Amino acid sequence: MIRGSIAGLLAVCLFAATGAAFAASAIDGFELKAGDAARYQRLIGTFRCPKCLNESLASSGAPIAVDLRRTVRRLIADGASDAAIRTHLQARYGDFVLYDPPLGLRTVLLWLLPAALGCAAIGVLIRVARRRAAQATEAERAEARRLTAR
Amino acid sequence: MTARAGRKRRWLGAVAPLAVFLPLAAALYAGFSLRDPHLLPSALLNQPFPPFDLPRLAVADRVDRAALVGEPRLVNVWATWCPTCLAEHGELLRIRAQTGLSIVGINYKDERQAALDWLARHGNPYDFTIVDQHGDLGVDLGVYGAPETFLIDAAGIIRYKHVGAVDGDVWRTIIEPAWRALQQS
Repeated sequence: MIRGSIAGLLAVCLFAATGAAFAASAIDGFELKAGDAARYQRLIGTFRCPKCLNESLASSGAPIAVDLRRTVRRLIADGASDAAIRTHLQARYGDFVLYDPPLGLRTVLLWLLPAALGCAAIGVLIRVARRRAAQATEAERAEARRLTAR
Repeated sequence: MTARAGRKRRWLGAVAPLAVFLPLAAALYAGFSLRDPHLLPSALLNQPFPPFDLPRLAVADRVDRAALVGEPRLVNVWATWCPTCLAEHGELLRIRAQTGLSIVGINYKDERQAALDWLARHGNPYDFTIVDQHGDLGVDLGVYGAPETFLIDAAGIIRYKHVGAVDGDVWRTIIEPAWRALQQS
């Protein structure tokens, strides 16, 4: 029963995926080859819809996302490389459209701050551990003094 | 370790985490709430207006980028399906009538007849209107919603981009000073 429904679900997913791929390859006269259809699906997942804050071009139904998907299809049909397509969109919509922000003046904190905080935390931990170790030996010395004084 | 040094160390221990946390919280607060996240900085600032070859509304010919150079202009992206465009329309009419600044329209993803009717009904502030039926020029301009308004200089370089309605305030505080500066340079 469960296995059957999972198989059914898989079939639906597969159907939806291939359906989307077929639909994509036929829209607007930008015919995509079979390999390019997969590449197209992967690419539109890496770009952010400029209008909708946190949806990729792949998942957004906003008109601007439709236009940008068409733009990506046109560029693929023109034979543009992944990097060229990325640059094309970035030149028009800025870093916002990229889901992995490039390292730059404005994003350097984003990349370095977690590492810096991690290093600081490790430093603090080491110091605390050392101090505890020193305190333990002091207590031991006191204990030794107490024992030897008797 | 003396008692005074111990107190100082405890005090430091209490303040140091705060010293890390407070600036971080302030930065995140500023980043997430002070700025409208819907407003994207234009990637095209100080870039040439992108090339295009598109039909004009109302006139049976085509225009390209050359039609925009020669004097500073506002280029206003609008559509009949866009309520904010109607809201800013009166201000555009006023700017055109009172200042003489050239305004060019881009009719964005719209129906030709609806656009003609809309201009007939509400008035036409545009020297001419470029028809961008599929939004391709819009993509080249980084447009992600209407209305958007670009200030370009006489050489066709984009000097300012405004997302949302141009109202009297935006005109007085941002666009007019920028335009006057372009006229003097």
